[in-house]
Amino acid sequence: MFKAHQSNKAAAINPLKMSQPLGGALALLGIDSCLPCFHGSQGCTAFGLVLMVRHFREAIPLQTTAMDQVQTILGGYDNLEAAVLTMYERNKPEVIGVCSTGLTETKGEDMRGALTIFRKKHPEVAEKCNLVFINTPDFTGGIEDGFANTVTAVIDAMVEPASVKVSNRVNVLAGSHLTPGDVEEIRDLIEGFGLTPVILPDLSTSLGGRQPDDFTATTLGGVTAAEIKGMGAAVLTLAIGEHMRKPAEALELKTGVPFKLFDRLVGLEAVDAFITTLSGLSDRPVPARVRRQREHLVDGMLDGHFYFSRKRVAVALEPDLLYAYCGFLQEMGCEVTAAVAPTQSAILEKIRAWSLLVGDHEDFETLSRGADLVVSNSHARMSVSRSGAPLVRAGFPTFDRLGAGHRVVVGYRGTRDLLFEIGNIFLANDHEHSIQDWGLEGTTEGHHGGSHAKA
Amino acid sequence: MLVDKVQEVFNEPGCATNQDKSAKERKKGCTKSLKPGAAAGGCAFDGAKIALQPIADAAHLVHGPIACEGNSWDNRGSKSSHSQLYRTGFTTDLSELDVIHGAEKKLFKAIKEIVLKYDPPAVFVYQTCVPALIGDDIEAVCKFAADKLGKPIIPVNAPGFVGSKNLGNKLGGETLLDHVIGTREPEYTTPYDINIIGEYNLAGEFWQVKPLLDKMGVRILSMISGDGKYNEVASAHRAKVNMLVCSQALVNVARKMEERYGIPYFEGSFYGVSDMSDTLRNIAKLLVGRGAPNDLIARTETIITEEEARAWRRLAPYKDRLTGKRVLLFTGGVKSWSMVTALEGAGLEIIGTSVKKSTKEDKERLKKIKGEEFHMWEDLKPRDIAAMLRDAKADIMLSGGRSQFIALKAKVPWLDVNQERHVAFAGYEGIVALVEEIDKTLSNPIWRQVRLPAPWDAPAPALGETAAE
Repeated sequence: MFKAHQSNKAAAINPLKMSQPLGGALALLGIDSCLPCFHGSQGCTAFGLVLMVRHFREAIPLQTTAMDQVQTILGGYDNLEAAVLTMYERNKPEVIGVCSTGLTETKGEDMRGALTIFRKKHPEVAEKCNLVFINTPDFTGGIEDGFANTVTAVIDAMVEPASVKVSNRVNVLAGSHLTPGDVEEIRDLIEGFGLTPVILPDLSTSLGGRQPDDFTATTLGGVTAAEIKGMGAAVLTLAIGEHMRKPAEALELKTGVPFKLFDRLVGLEAVDAFITTLSGLSDRPVPARVRRQREHLVDGMLDGHFYFSRKRVAVALEPDLLYAYCGFLQEMGCEVTAAVAPTQSAILEKIRAWSLLVGDHEDFETLSRGADLVVSNSHARMSVSRSGAPLVRAGFPTFDRLGAGHRVVVGYRGTRDLLFEIGNIFLANDHEHSIQDWGLEGTTEGHHGGSHAKA
Repeated sequence: MLVDKVQEVFNEPGCATNQDKSAKERKKGCTKSLKPGAAAGGCAFDGAKIALQPIADAAHLVHGPIACEGNSWDNRGSKSSHSQLYRTGFTTDLSELDVIHGAEKKLFKAIKEIVLKYDPPAVFVYQTCVPALIGDDIEAVCKFAADKLGKPIIPVNAPGFVGSKNLGNKLGGETLLDHVIGTREPEYTTPYDINIIGEYNLAGEFWQVKPLLDKMGVRILSMISGDGKYNEVASAHRAKVNMLVCSQALVNVARKMEERYGIPYFEGSFYGVSDMSDTLRNIAKLLVGRGAPNDLIARTETIITEEEARAWRRLAPYKDRLTGKRVLLFTGGVKSWSMVTALEGAGLEIIGTSVKKSTKEDKERLKKIKGEEFHMWEDLKPRDIAAMLRDAKADIMLSGGRSQFIALKAKVPWLDVNQERHVAFAGYEGIVALVEEIDKTLSNPIWRQVRLPAPWDAPAPALGETAAE
């Protein structure tokens, strides 16, 4: 497999990477009536919880098996069992998902074995509640990996093969790089063709900002257990993001439903491919509304390209989102000077940048020097406060802006809005000419690059 | 040994809660045993980091897999007036191979890289669960690194799984006692030197208090640890008086400094008008007791009279607007009774408070202020809080970020009074700011709107208003 160059420092400085279990929890939060739990010390949960609360500005259900040092050495099954029983008895969730952590993985807890023992000891719970135990060690991979492993584990544990196909049903495997708003937009596009999507996980209905009538300790909204079980009845699976390839393959293996992978849904051609697939699948023409949206995007590209040409942009994001942003920006005429990912991924091979690195925010700060624009999560706010470059906040976590969950960049509409957002930054920062600009050779060096267009 | 250290902290005689316990109970420790599947709160590592990270010019290196620092850095509102290095996230980001082969060498290399690149006065190295489990000896690595690099490299041995955040606070304090305090001499001393212990300068709120101390002529020798400087903390043993701000967190530091260096301490608070005044009085009294000139007391009283009058003058306009408004207060420890008096002074009615983190003494004090009828909840479930808010028992809830959605989803005004908040509430300035925030929140026009049902969910209009069927 392709491996991107990796920063070889002993200390990660201002980490870009976050842990696998966090990705696992994020995936489980898109399942209805679910209680995610980390098998580790209570701090493992507290940190993840706080980060997600800051990003989504929503209550986040996330439990812990509260391991202490003695239990860690003696073996954590008892805590795991007690935690699952307590969660079940108190809240009667339909799904309980338990992610392992660095702590329990270092001890070598056997999650699969634990599940078997639990089922045998407590059949009354195992029958009524879907139990998914997932290996997500903190010391390998990151959010995308934990998310993909969890979606795969949910498929393995819950999906049942179907004998009958429903002709207008499609599955969507929505990657961790999609916001609740993105997922909503994808559903909208699919439904526009008369297709019925089952989206795993569906953050749009759980983390978009619910107004519940009563207090609930589990997730509220998201794809239901019954819908997950029935995913075998779909005619096609649309996997969004390279890291959804593994769960898509697992789903195909289990149910025979073929999949089509879309490595991004940002940018004119990428959306065209998606729309073409939906149109072919439904055998319906593209709705007038979507045609108008495409026209608007094309118009935005024409109006806006002046400000993008040859702009130097540095991007640091999770791999699939990194690919989406870099691809779109290049298609608008930008130069991607630096692309930094927290973890390795097959998608990195497709990224074209002056330098591509698996590293941290400190590496990114160095590589992004002189950039006209920086795109990254909220943690980049410190480095841009030193460099003065404008920052477009994207990905997880975005804790210092409102509406992180509703940022939409997919589809024609999402791409158009992103184009305007970034284009406006370039436009606002455009160099205003002065009498000094065009000194002759040897006097002053003029302003090179940048846009000279008059709006 | 870490086990001994933990036991020592559990035995802390300075802790009020502890004094009420039998020897057997004390040995069990201060944390209620955590219930798997129903626990909430941070770990010991989290607590140690909260206590020490505000020492702003030091580098804080987390030895562990990415979860411990990657998921948590850049999440605290402790402010610094000088170096910003403490906001930089450093971690050894342990990989699978490190777990197999051990990561002591990697840790040393990481320390070295940081020292060469950032040249901090010291590096704090935090142990976490995974390297503790595989047996990485961070104390040995730190000692080796300190010798090689000629800088204090300080091991903070509080891996998450030894206990709660509160225990971690105390272990952080022990680290300072063992490795930092008393290792340097201050450039000069004055009869007015004090340390502030257990104040983290959240939202910069200590800066609301500092001008008062400056006016009294009191010098802050060291801050432990908000807006702290490493060398100042190292010379903290030369102070005349210690002020302990949050009684639960760093009582061991204050008590042991009294034992070792003979520095008297008092517990005080910066929240609320009368508490702030008491604090200033105590500082003056104790300093005079240790040889500061007598006129400090009169000078302090003048400042208190002026500042109290000014504060009440500024609070007066709110009184009419806020009288009778009912407040639910959920904060830990000292803040409970401290804020209760302050808020009542502004006309608010406090219907109850949580005392989960309060000492027995705190509770007694509350009882005295409020009478037996007052609600004090040990452990209230989110569901119960939600029900209370829904039944309109309170007009506003003041709490930490963790419970904000219980209030907001019940469409009840809420204000952050805990560590993530962005508004400073300390001193005479702070109490005015707090009351202003409460008034702003209560009078915001959204509350009526968000409580409206959607038109399609509203009860059907009365007959006659719609067209006849």
